[in-house]
Amino acid sequence: MRWLARSYLALVYLLLYVPIAVLIVFSFNDSRTGYNWGGFSLRWYESLFNNHAMVQAMWNSLWLALTAATVSTCIGALTALALHRYRFRGKKVLNGMLFVVMMSPEIVLAISLLGLFLLLGLKLGYVSLLLAHVTFCLPFVVITVMARLSGFDERLPEAARDLGASDFTMTRTVLIPVIMPALMAGWLLGFTLSMDDVVVSTFVSGPSYEILPLRIYSMVRVGLKPEVNALGTLLLVFSLVMLMLSQWILSRSKQ
Amino acid sequence: MMLSIKQQPFRAAVLVLVWGWLLFLVLAPNMLVVGASVMTRDPSTFISLPLNLDAYRQLFNPLYLEVFLHSLYMAAITTLICLLIGYPFAWALSRVDKRRQMLLIFLLIVPFWTNSLVRTYALKLILATNGLLNSALISLGVLDEPAQLLYTEGAVIVGLVYLLLPFMILPLYSVFEDLRQDVLLASHDLGAGRLATFKNIIVPLTLPGVLAGVMLVLLPAMGLFFVPDILGGSRNLLVGNVIKNQFLDARNWPFGAAASIVLTLTMALLMFAHRLSKRRLGEEDA
Repeated sequence: MRWLARSYLALVYLLLYVPIAVLIVFSFNDSRTGYNWGGFSLRWYESLFNNHAMVQAMWNSLWLALTAATVSTCIGALTALALHRYRFRGKKVLNGMLFVVMMSPEIVLAISLLGLFLLLGLKLGYVSLLLAHVTFCLPFVVITVMARLSGFDERLPEAARDLGASDFTMTRTVLIPVIMPALMAGWLLGFTLSMDDVVVSTFVSGPSYEILPLRIYSMVRVGLKPEVNALGTLLLVFSLVMLMLSQWILSRSKQ
Repeated sequence: MMLSIKQQPFRAAVLVLVWGWLLFLVLAPNMLVVGASVMTRDPSTFISLPLNLDAYRQLFNPLYLEVFLHSLYMAAITTLICLLIGYPFAWALSRVDKRRQMLLIFLLIVPFWTNSLVRTYALKLILATNGLLNSALISLGVLDEPAQLLYTEGAVIVGLVYLLLPFMILPLYSVFEDLRQDVLLASHDLGAGRLATFKNIIVPLTLPGVLAGVMLVLLPAMGLFFVPDILGGSRNLLVGNVIKNQFLDARNWPFGAAASIVLTLTMALLMFAHRLSKRRLGEEDA
């Protein structure tokens, strides 16, 4: 039984990772057709970095992810603190709305935001992308922070208040340090979600601000582009580093 | 908490910010979609009065109905495959010793953190006519000439399963983690066979996880329009493709909005079922 369970686990992992492995191997393939092995080469990486529009899209995406993750972490942390500490009317509704944002298909969020932006006459570009990305990252930050707060000694903030600290001071000196690891993990997750998003960005971006996922999308719709193998490999390494960083921060804070 | 009863400027500022963001960027836009779905198509302003239900009627136009049902069918098959692969997988995973489990979970979330577009594209490398799978099958003598794997319904389903499998496994894993061994032992001691234990104990206790997984897989499986774009050709469309076309190309907003409301209603239904299953378990525990 045991070996059966183990080989089953191994098989599924194999299937999950074969396409990724193929992508990485082929990114170093010299062959132009992209199917046969034509020797080791870095030419696709080279052509990637010589592609000016691609490099520009990469910077745009990085900046967008950086700002979206930061804004959503700030708002998400405050939301989690409010949900955890305050009693207010409509708390359940607020919770429900965050849950709905997380569960609802991205495309539903995408068209609703597109409608809003056009109604307001907002030019589609960086600002519309930022508002949209912050919105879909928000629930993920909130649950990360809430999880951290749920195992927290309630007497600490009360002690701070009894010693005369204002709500703001108490938050700054007691709560923020406690939730710091969750903030960092939430930020990293938001950054990655923003870097990878295709569905929402397809709707709310404009020609003035081209981002990486949409550039990849237009490349892979027709045929095979070896540059995408190279780009995909770079993105994979990047995500892996981010994820390991986030796991490291969370596990270190538990000890 | 007692302290929060005192009105604080900080508290007020936080609440205004959070509520403001959600009302402005979640509630208002969704109301807009509902509104748009009952309005009339207008080439210049996208939507205009009068109010009517034409968009909903159009959903039942045989042409679109076929696309919708086909999309639902592909999503259902995807969900079923994910469940069949994921259920034993989560079970086996929950039995691995704790230290290895951490690593295995990590390996499961890596794909979630990596670009889904790039991973879909990687499947294309494998499924293409002269791609790896065909070459492998030919050199093994299974096939004489390359089979058409890409641009088929099967390719879309493979792509969706590949992208969504972790979303089925993770909620299942969490219910299997909570499944206490003594309950299973008790069932065994009371004389229940393996099948009876599975049917009467394991399945009901893991049902909330199953429904959560179904919810997390079925909905995206109808919306991820880039999967058919890359792997499926023009005949294997998802509801997501229809919505995207209506909004970005055909400029028929009322119809696109009505189609997206169908998705939202499906979500509401699944969420309701999930809550119901959890509540039932809660009562049985008490």
